[in-house]
Amino acid sequence: MAQPLQPTEGMASIPALLQRNATRLADRPAYREKEYGIWQSWTWAEAEKEVEALALGLINLGVNEGDFVAIIGRNRPHFYWSMVAAQSVGAVPVPLYQDSAAAEMAYVMDHCGARVAIVEDQEQVDKLIEVRDELHQLEHIIYVDPRGLRKYDHHKLHRFIDIQEQGRASYYEWIEDLKARRERLDYDSICVMLYTSGTTGKPKGVVLSNRNIIEASKSSAAFDNLTKDEEVLAYLPMAWVGDFIFSIGQACWCGFCVNCPESPETMQTDLREIGPTYFFAPPRVFETQLTNVMIRMEDAGRAKKWLFDHFMALARRVGPAILDGKPVGALDRLRYAIGNILVYGPLKDTLGFRRVRVGYTAGEAIGPEIFDFYRSLGINLKQLYGQTEASVFITAQPDGEVRSDTVGVPAPGVEIRISETGEVFYRSPGTFEYYYKNPESTASTKDAEGWVATGDAGFFEEGSGHLRIIDRAKDVGKMADGRLFAPKYVENKLKFYPNILEAVVFGNGREECTAFINIDLAAVGSWAERNNIGYASYQELAGHPQVLETIRGHVEEVNRSLADDPMLSHCQVHRFLVLHKELDADDGEMTRTRKVRRGVISEKYADLLTALYDGSEEVFTTTEVTYEDGRKGAISATLKIVTAQVAAVPEQKVAAQ
Amino acid sequence: MLDASEGHVTADGRKIGGVVMEMRNITLRFGGVVAIKDISFDIREGEIRAIIGPNGAGKSSMLNVISGFYNPQEGEVWYKGQKRPPMKPYQVAQQGIARTFQNIALFEGMSVLDNVMTGRIRQMKTGLLAQALWKGRAEAEEVANRAAVEKIIDFLEIQHIRKTPVSRLPYGLKKRVELARALAAEPSILLLDEPMAGMNVEEKEDMSRFILDVNDEFGTTTVLIEHDMGVVMDLSDRVVVMDYGKKIGDGTPEEVRSNQAVIDAYLGVAHD
Repeated sequence: MAQPLQPTEGMASIPALLQRNATRLADRPAYREKEYGIWQSWTWAEAEKEVEALALGLINLGVNEGDFVAIIGRNRPHFYWSMVAAQSVGAVPVPLYQDSAAAEMAYVMDHCGARVAIVEDQEQVDKLIEVRDELHQLEHIIYVDPRGLRKYDHHKLHRFIDIQEQGRASYYEWIEDLKARRERLDYDSICVMLYTSGTTGKPKGVVLSNRNIIEASKSSAAFDNLTKDEEVLAYLPMAWVGDFIFSIGQACWCGFCVNCPESPETMQTDLREIGPTYFFAPPRVFETQLTNVMIRMEDAGRAKKWLFDHFMALARRVGPAILDGKPVGALDRLRYAIGNILVYGPLKDTLGFRRVRVGYTAGEAIGPEIFDFYRSLGINLKQLYGQTEASVFITAQPDGEVRSDTVGVPAPGVEIRISETGEVFYRSPGTFEYYYKNPESTASTKDAEGWVATGDAGFFEEGSGHLRIIDRAKDVGKMADGRLFAPKYVENKLKFYPNILEAVVFGNGREECTAFINIDLAAVGSWAERNNIGYASYQELAGHPQVLETIRGHVEEVNRSLADDPMLSHCQVHRFLVLHKELDADDGEMTRTRKVRRGVISEKYADLLTALYDGSEEVFTTTEVTYEDGRKGAISATLKIVTAQVAAVPEQKVAAQ
Repeated sequence: MLDASEGHVTADGRKIGGVVMEMRNITLRFGGVVAIKDISFDIREGEIRAIIGPNGAGKSSMLNVISGFYNPQEGEVWYKGQKRPPMKPYQVAQQGIARTFQNIALFEGMSVLDNVMTGRIRQMKTGLLAQALWKGRAEAEEVANRAAVEKIIDFLEIQHIRKTPVSRLPYGLKKRVELARALAAEPSILLLDEPMAGMNVEEKEDMSRFILDVNDEFGTTTVLIEHDMGVVMDLSDRVVVMDYGKKIGDGTPEEVRSNQAVIDAYLGVAHD
């Protein structure tokens, strides 16, 4: 890769791709959004007009080339247009997580020095006004939803449609400028800046160029044969690199349609109505859906339940093989076909997966049972491994080589090597340019030859050539006796139980492992309902003796399975407690992408952690909680320390005999 | 007191118009029980007007007089500059007065959407036969009404339960659906009977937000009965205080809060 890749057919930027689509795919749908109960749609030609009007409006407002434009809102066509409009005028779009608290937003906005923010509604406007004094660069706020904002001071506050209207009105004044600015964009210009969630420390601004985004989109689209006929549902946070690649990069490259749900709560209904052909979700979404299906089947009639169990057993046996095109007996094929009519088809329809041709999960490990469940239904669910710094793709599973315990082979154009310490390094056309205003981090992450450290420990499997990820390199530690401690591995095993939402395992530098556990309110709540167990709050349910007993059963099962693993048999969980509150990003315990922050948790709950190791039977604690609006409160509880049985390690058993 | 005929603008920029409804010396008796005794007050266009008072003060009776469910034995109701003759509730509804109920009165077996659609009955002009045949005018009318209803569903953020039967909803959401149905009638006066009774703090905050937004967005004149003093003081422009069927206070929240009669009614007074 001595020669940097050059654009194909002069398609050097997202605005250029939009221009192309507006001509070639003029009448095909580009965006849909459900509003007022109806799917509203925009063709590529219409979308181009919307983007142009907004871009002219931004120039009219005084946005210069190189400015940063913050974009804060849920997935809506307006915000996708905003990103492309910002690019068109030579500015850099910076999407932020819309559920961030005002202080978090202030840090990012200040770091990039955004002059303009395009936001969704009153909630976001209020947050920005709250921190406005710290943000001396912020000049204009543009909002989409006017509700509740009528009375606000509108000197620096603008309605989205007004900016577009001003853009249309000043068409002849600025159109030449806009064209010139658009033409100045090349493969090296910045396409977008995305802030990483940061499990440790402050978020870092990852600068991705047009080359990064377009090359990553191009090669990944070829890998999965994506065409202009795909339908995707855009529901994942816009600030996340995946959404940018799927809903902007690949969508503009291939020319397929991006569908935006009506509201976050209606996502499931909208998913079903759209029936995407290309679908991406973190494991949590698949877990939740499976949990819901199982809860509903528990409530189903006996005949239906039997039918479901019978055909699911068959699907588990032959489904994945049929999906991979491997030989399967004629009788089983016939049975599977019947199952498809009676169970799989209707179920896939309900879940909204009937038309899924390519489905991906990434971000976290997915439970093998969950993974197999979807694949056995005939849904082509695959795993990929990626990160923001790589413009998503590092490895992906090709069709026909899909397994739950690997993350696949290097994606097209990606080189991977494993360092002596076991850390995974990669180099690709999608590799980010630099961290904004942070040369130290850039230097420590990306070397002169372009190799990037992932921070994950992994290895290539003999034979298949697939990459396996063990854990975050910095999370992997040593127990007091020097043996390997891999918390994530154990946590994932625990989280595969529907009753367990989240687990945090401790043991670094200690004799024994222990764990904090969060119950899954949907699953445990439904169990409580079926068993006539009354509870008034999350806290009460979490502390219920029978719940603790169930969780202990899960922990002991995990211990038994760990005992069979020679590498990690010593990581069995000796004691655990069920937390009285859900770990929450608002409290800083998780990142916005819902990864646990170990450091914060072990500091914040130091008293609980001590209790797990000092032999106490219960512990009283008070915890500060942050409500959605940023106010603080406190909850207190007495938590029981539960001791779990540790399974004997096979070798020791032999020795004892 | 302000001049009855002229409007003014509140500190937060809302326009309050002239008097739209006036109660003149209303007395309501049930047999020997006097529920309301000689009460007069007015309601201005675009304001949020609260009626408060201890249990049994006659607040709901007052609301029922406004909505036409009870006809007072004495006194007059003036609406839009005209004296209102005794009316049936449906006639009052046709005049543009919509309400919600203290104990939710929705069609439990019907979906949220259908429930809200019933609020549009006043806007439906086509006859039974035309609607049954479902062609031409009836169809166009239904589409227009559905569009209006969808705007309200969007406004109150109940899209996710659009197709859910009301019986399956939690209490807080049912209250919101009731508000949606009342709004669907595009009322000129909206009567809310204890919109926040039985709600937790979060639900109360949501509901308060919606009441303010409705008033702000559509300029709907709102009359509400409420127990939660904090809510009343935050939401309303003017407050009528009732006790044992009598009016003991009337004015802005600040005026009412410092009114000795009101303090006595709420905190009790030592008899010595």
